[in-house]
Amino acid sequence: MRERWVEKFIKFYLPLLVFLFVLLFPFYWMFITAFKSDGELYNLKLNPFLIHEPTLHNVIMLFKETLFNQWMVNTFFVSILATLLSLGASLLAAYSIQRLRFRTSGTIGISIFFGYLVPPTILFIPLATIIFELKLWDSLWSLVLVYPTFLIPFCTWLLMGYFKSIPKEMEECAMIDGASRFRVFWQIVVPLALPGILSAGIFAFTLSWNEFLYALTFISTNTQKTVPVGLITELVRGDVYHWGPLMTGALLASVPVALVYSFFVEHYVAGMTGALKE
Amino acid sequence: MGVAFVTPAMILLLLFLAYPLILGIWLGFTNALVGRKGEFIGLGNYISLLKDALFWKVTYFTFLYTIAAVFFKLLLGFALAIVLNRDFRAKGFVRATVLLPWIIPTVLSAICFWWLFDTTFSGITWVLIKAGLISHKIDYLGDPLNAQICLIIANVWRGIPFFTIGLLAGLQTINPTLYEAASIDGAGGWYRFRHVTLPLVSPLLAVVTTFSAIWTFADFQLIWVITKGGPANATHLYGTLSFQRAIPGGQFGEGAAISAFILPVLVVCVLICYKYMRREE
Repeated sequence: MRERWVEKFIKFYLPLLVFLFVLLFPFYWMFITAFKSDGELYNLKLNPFLIHEPTLHNVIMLFKETLFNQWMVNTFFVSILATLLSLGASLLAAYSIQRLRFRTSGTIGISIFFGYLVPPTILFIPLATIIFELKLWDSLWSLVLVYPTFLIPFCTWLLMGYFKSIPKEMEECAMIDGASRFRVFWQIVVPLALPGILSAGIFAFTLSWNEFLYALTFISTNTQKTVPVGLITELVRGDVYHWGPLMTGALLASVPVALVYSFFVEHYVAGMTGALKE
Repeated sequence: MGVAFVTPAMILLLLFLAYPLILGIWLGFTNALVGRKGEFIGLGNYISLLKDALFWKVTYFTFLYTIAAVFFKLLLGFALAIVLNRDFRAKGFVRATVLLPWIIPTVLSAICFWWLFDTTFSGITWVLIKAGLISHKIDYLGDPLNAQICLIIANVWRGIPFFTIGLLAGLQTINPTLYEAASIDGAGGWYRFRHVTLPLVSPLLAVVTTFSAIWTFADFQLIWVITKGGPANATHLYGTLSFQRAIPGGQFGEGAAISAFILPVLVVCVLICYKYMRREE
């Protein structure tokens, strides 16, 4: 049955275009603001949806007058370490829950997953006292240790689903041939699960990059801040908002996440839906 | 052996998730301050909160925000999933684009909304004035009701992709012959949706909605960036009020007591998820 063009337009293209416009418009607004001068930004006579005289002034100010560089480095540092730590722990945990069934493995699997639902707004105050006791206050290491609380549950759950789809027989053959459990894990399971590990890693990286509340609570020194916290606390001083550099910072800080995402979009979607369906 | 493999994850989760969860409940019963342990004061924090009109105002907005935002995310996210559930050119590209609001750091998109809701320089106002629809500028974030609506809009914008991509995965598993069979029996579009689509995606729908509900209820970032709880405390959620009291305010005990009000909702969400995931197995 072929739809007539008009009908298809009303039922499909029109709603699609409206949705895309609404979902993408804020990015356009961010983009054009980043390349406007203050004079243009605050001139009400000009059309605000166009850039009349593009300028790199905001980019220069962001790099010269703030620690944007340092914040980016900090965020990379925390995101990569937290991701690696969580991936390692989750791989072992997921494998053991899924394959080495022991007495409480089912319960542990379910409780790890529910850990993912616990929101940071419940945990940040007690965590602040713990971080203080551990003398990690104002240190990026506090974030490396705390981020796994939401990364491990997610990654473990995702990888458990993945291990379920890998046939057991190869592992059993290797065991019969005398390989140790750890060797089987390292040389057979990990390579086979690589797509799953990649999905989990990408997710963990973007979740760490986006985290805000813990970073805002535990870090107060300017040189230790992550990008989201740095932008909000250093570019908004009282009633003075530096809109241009703020938008530029938001745009630039979104780039690493957007890049990771665009390269691995299939893994990302698979990870998201896989975790939901399992 | 199995236990050894699971140990690293368990240590991290016990130390930084389970222990703080319990410690937080304990702190709610104390008068702890920043850097001071505090003493047990029983229900003191809770009694003073329940007597405080501000706390009730925050409770009202927390529920309003959650219910309104989840409702519209569900409605629009599901609608977009249905629109996308067909073959068309650039399908992959469009789906990837749709997810952008979800993957871009919330703080950064919140900054953008903040600027978009600027009273004087908002592009929305500019369009409305040019179109002759309004004559005065809109005070987006200075008026309590407007600010509440703006925050709900920003939250809906950010959450639509999660519903869309989640539900799309469910829609794609529905066997097309079911629709054909229904059509042959004379079922119209709405009937097919109501009696084929909805029953088949409802378990997934429940899980996606529950996830979104707890995240929205315990939200922090959007509010903290755009309004910081203002104007006149009209847009505080439990999360932001708790932060304000505990971190700049130094009242750890009171902050923990406010956060504790998120717990019952969390428990309900966990139970709902558990029920549906059990059924799936």
